[in-house]
Amino acid sequence: MKILVTAKRVEDYESKIKVKPDGSGIFLEGLKYKINPFDEIAVEEGLRLAAKHGGEVVVASVGGKEVQEQLRHALAMGAHKAVWVNHAGPLDQLGVAGLLAKVCEQEKPDMAILGKQAVDDDQNQVGQYLAELLGWGMATFASKVESLESDAEKAKAPGLAVSADGKAVRVVREVDGGLDTLDVQLPAVVTTDLRLNQPRYASLPGIMKAKSKPIAELTPAGLGVDVTPKLTITKMAAPPARKAGIKVPDVATLVEKLKSEAKVV
Amino acid sequence: MSRSPVTDLYRIDDMLTAEERAARDLVAGFIDRDYLPKVGRWFRDGKFPMEVVPTLAEMGVFGAPLPTEYGCAGMNNVAYGLILQELERGDSGLRSFASVQTSLCMYPIWQFGSEKQKRRWLPEMAKGRAIGCFGLTEPDFGSDPGGMRTRARKDGEHYVLNGSKTWITNGSIADVAIVWAKVDDGDSKSIRGFLLEKGMPGFTAQDIHGKFSLRASFTSELSFQDVRVPAANLLPGVQGLRGPLSCLNSARAGIAFAVTGAAIACFEGAREYALSRQMFGKPIAGFQLTQEKLADMLQEIVKAQLVSLRLGRLKDEGKVTPEQVSLAKRNNVKAALEIARSARSIFGANGITDEYPAIRHMLNLESVFTYEGTHEVHTLILGKAITGLDAFGG
Repeated sequence: MKILVTAKRVEDYESKIKVKPDGSGIFLEGLKYKINPFDEIAVEEGLRLAAKHGGEVVVASVGGKEVQEQLRHALAMGAHKAVWVNHAGPLDQLGVAGLLAKVCEQEKPDMAILGKQAVDDDQNQVGQYLAELLGWGMATFASKVESLESDAEKAKAPGLAVSADGKAVRVVREVDGGLDTLDVQLPAVVTTDLRLNQPRYASLPGIMKAKSKPIAELTPAGLGVDVTPKLTITKMAAPPARKAGIKVPDVATLVEKLKSEAKVV
Repeated sequence: MSRSPVTDLYRIDDMLTAEERAARDLVAGFIDRDYLPKVGRWFRDGKFPMEVVPTLAEMGVFGAPLPTEYGCAGMNNVAYGLILQELERGDSGLRSFASVQTSLCMYPIWQFGSEKQKRRWLPEMAKGRAIGCFGLTEPDFGSDPGGMRTRARKDGEHYVLNGSKTWITNGSIADVAIVWAKVDDGDSKSIRGFLLEKGMPGFTAQDIHGKFSLRASFTSELSFQDVRVPAANLLPGVQGLRGPLSCLNSARAGIAFAVTGAAIACFEGAREYALSRQMFGKPIAGFQLTQEKLADMLQEIVKAQLVSLRLGRLKDEGKVTPEQVSLAKRNNVKAALEIARSARSIFGANGITDEYPAIRHMLNLESVFTYEGTHEVHTLILGKAITGLDAFGG
């Protein structure tokens, strides 16, 4: 089976993000970047499915040449080949989905697995757009029933169960107050939630092998996709800073303040 | 996970290849996620965490610079140095384990071993299923290994070994020990390397207790009493002190790279602490005395990194000399030790506990200062290179 996964380049969540005073964006100086953690889960899931059912994992990303770093990361984890859509300019979610749809038409995967959202802009749109553009079924927020510490997890079994005839995939989703189990006809788009798997470490031999794995370069023009954004960011603002707490001298004052100021008792 | 722009003031990151950065970041991720949360406890308990060995092996850390045909990663020496730097940022005990496995055991087997020895040991050691140790130092012969007393007497198709070795990292957990011995009462030119296997009658290992340094690592004494070693276990490719010394030279280059990791851990920890710790109504980072300490630390880290990076490149180009290795080991270990001591003072009283990394690194680096050629021996190697005069005898 052939699986397409994505590897968006995002700011490392451990970096300190500072919004520019004029609200036009964030300061990029000194920021660290890595693969979107939800995409890394998608890569891991693709690798487990390919290991179980045979087949290959193709990793795709859109961006300037720096996104090759994230593609190489996925290749070092074990992905077989990479597709890089070279586009350094602004993009919105529909633009990305349009490009990925064309890549899917070329690569013809049985399943496209994407992170449910990217941790930079938290839009949670691309997987949904992609399914719509391709006319495929979709299951978002794929999770897993077994605990991450289970033996099954240790054996790196996939969390997505492909049916015996290979025509559908069973996806367990976390929803408010419980689990939702879907069977989706293939080809399908699946987006990953945090608890689907624990991504493996890449390996040093993997890093060396990734050097010689192919990265195919495409462009929006070559794919015939107009990526002019339909969505523009007008303003960014940091959340209000938390005020320092106060110390109260005794329990009576605490109760009084909980009543009069916090209004919780 | 490149270094923060504060630590990487000189943008040394830009001087690395994508693979070198990826190798470093891979190991850094493991250290942050799986090692640092537990190392304080391992150090306190005086225990090397065997449970990390399979993960490190899966990542390909052991024998990383050796060729792929023996199951290794085939990385260059700069990438390997950066891997060691991240391991040492975790703890010198962990890095010592990897250095011994790779530079002191796998390297000599690869360099001086028979094809049969290579095929037998290297893939198993790369997978972490066989652990190695290196026996050169003796109770009475450390800096002067040529005086060693361990003897191998040829007896038909065997050698019979007698003697002892000490300060052997991984000694008690090793499946294979590379033991250097003089053959048939010869002088230092007769020194040969032997592969002793766990369980050979007369070969025993005992841990050294009471260490205040490298506590998260096993250090042992080896003893040989009429150990009969098949002649096939002799390393055929080298004779004399050149054998062990070339292993040490390889390991020392790695150490020069590695200790910067301990220095970075101390610097970054101390900086963060100084920014949050309030005294006299402001963060202690706002005091000139603290800033001087931090400035000194960063300056030495930048210098040490540039020296080790250049050393790694020279090694990759096949141009490295023992004197270059001595300068790097001497400079970088001393710098790291002083950084750790200075960081300990910024942490104040908190700095003496294992809640904070400084004192652990500080104590570890006291060992690193002495092992793999003492600081003093490296001084003499450089002194000889500068003057042409040998001062080893006094």
